[in-house]
Amino acid sequence: MAEITKKNVKYQNIKRSIDTFMGNKMGVLGLCILVFFVIVAFIGPLVYDFDQQSYGKGELMAPPTNGFPLGTDDMGRDILGSLIYGAKISLMIGIFATLISVCIGTFIGISSGFAGGKTDIILMRFTDGFMVLPKLPLIMILAALLGSNIRNIIIVLGFTSWTGTARLVRSQTLSVKERQFVERAISSGAGKGYIMFKHILPNVFPLVFSNTILVTANAILTETTLSFLGLGDPLTPSWGQILRGAFVSGAVSLGAWWFFIPAGLCVILLVLGFTFLGYSFDEILNPKLRRR
Amino acid sequence: MNINYLLKKLFHSFITLIIVITINFFLFRVMPGDPTAMVAKSANLSPEYAEKLNEMYGFDRSLPVQYAMYIKSLVTGDFGMSFKFRKPVINIIGERIMATILLAICAQTVAILFGIVVGTLAAAHRGRKIDVGALGFALFIYAIPAFWLGIVLVSFFSVKLGVFPVNGMVDAGRDYATTWAYIKDVLHHLLLPSISMGLAICGGYTMIMRSSLLDVLTEDYITTARAKGYKRKDVVIKHALPNAMLPMVTVIAINIGFMIGGALQTETVFSWPGVGRLVYDSLEARDYPVLQGAFLIISFCVIIANFIADILYGYLDPRIKYE
Repeated sequence: MAEITKKNVKYQNIKRSIDTFMGNKMGVLGLCILVFFVIVAFIGPLVYDFDQQSYGKGELMAPPTNGFPLGTDDMGRDILGSLIYGAKISLMIGIFATLISVCIGTFIGISSGFAGGKTDIILMRFTDGFMVLPKLPLIMILAALLGSNIRNIIIVLGFTSWTGTARLVRSQTLSVKERQFVERAISSGAGKGYIMFKHILPNVFPLVFSNTILVTANAILTETTLSFLGLGDPLTPSWGQILRGAFVSGAVSLGAWWFFIPAGLCVILLVLGFTFLGYSFDEILNPKLRRR
Repeated sequence: MNINYLLKKLFHSFITLIIVITINFFLFRVMPGDPTAMVAKSANLSPEYAEKLNEMYGFDRSLPVQYAMYIKSLVTGDFGMSFKFRKPVINIIGERIMATILLAICAQTVAILFGIVVGTLAAAHRGRKIDVGALGFALFIYAIPAFWLGIVLVSFFSVKLGVFPVNGMVDAGRDYATTWAYIKDVLHHLLLPSISMGLAICGGYTMIMRSSLLDVLTEDYITTARAKGYKRKDVVIKHALPNAMLPMVTVIAINIGFMIGGALQTETVFSWPGVGRLVYDSLEARDYPVLQGAFLIISFCVIIANFIADILYGYLDPRIKYE
């Protein structure tokens, strides 16, 4: 008989979680897609010959040929190269914007739920007010005012997508707050900040996690749209930037499908990867959903 | 309908309105770059026009005074003058808003019908192929950027097959013999953008319809109806569907508020002369008064739609407590 040690139990818990996850087809598919893009983003540049990337190497807007597997854009650049480079940009923007968004959302949610009373009312009114703002126009205006570079886009996306997380964290905090161990911590003299971060945060986090992944999917989608609308970083060849190039140069009317179809498919696939993973985590972490 | 509930929701909407107006004010005054002031100070501006701008926005006064001036002009319906068109912003938006409403209504109709039908089918066949297919499709649609869908549809239907016009609301520079010819041309231009925008938003409706119907189907009265011997199809359509429509109605009301902002991508791709395309063009021209006005109008619509959704929900579902 194996001795039941703390370490052992922990190991079994992790193993069971992995088993549950592996049993979820959607989640595994999502993970595979993400792993694929991470490999492309970080190994791709080491393997792929970016020489073709420079201006005017190929013909202008030429269909796929030997040297250019996915054709060239309106400036004669290799499209496959741009796609590989763009994977890193999209992943980076999605992840960093989500980090900002989750930090703000969690902070506001926990403060609101834990403090209660007037603080709660004011914070939630503010959140509701923010939620009502039309997202895309707001993000466009902010990006235009701040100036379009990668850093600003990440900040704008992060600062405009925290409302959902805040509401979720608040409702979860409200229920965790009532549990006995919090009461015990209070009676043993723990400070508010200590309870919020040492006791409530770890209990809230698993539920926030699936939401977080969906926030990432949204951030990637919004960045693509932003770049397409001409508010992206002009110096960074992101997927949205390729699509803008195609739109502005009239590739659509010219029937140059290689210019806009692959880039769009990459966006869809990456967003789907995150969405699948998010939904499967939701199923695993929120057992209520599992019954459906 | 309880008057207290109504007043409470009205009060909430009012607070939200104040928040929106305040954010809008600060967005265009104290942000880095201070756009409106920058234009007023611009060197190649005639001194008279600069004077007029200063008078209008009060850049030489303190922020609270500027805020008060801003509120006052909003109340009187003065949204400022466009830098680009040199016309009142409210008139420019007024000219464009009908086109957006036309497109949005058509797109919403496409999306709602699709959502109800597919969502119902999915819920009725829970866990089977139809359900998995519908769910997969909804997630797939969600992952597609709306503008890209528009581009792909144009490249196939307009460029390759040539059955639809590439962009615009009417053929440029064409004279119409009859009103009917004009309407026909508008409809011909309208179809592809409507389908494009409708498809882009139908995923959400499908998901909500499905989960709402699944919720209702687990309720006791459905089991009772089945036990009484009603056919499964009748139970789903006649007994469950009406109740499952409640959340749909709310979501539709809220979405109608978002439709002006939501039409932005589709309008940009199709050069549809609505408010969304106006926002895009104004950004390119850095026409800040128009942007500010459009943003405010779009937010107004969302607030009003949210208010209507709350009232509608309270009215349709008596289980909602009027605290």
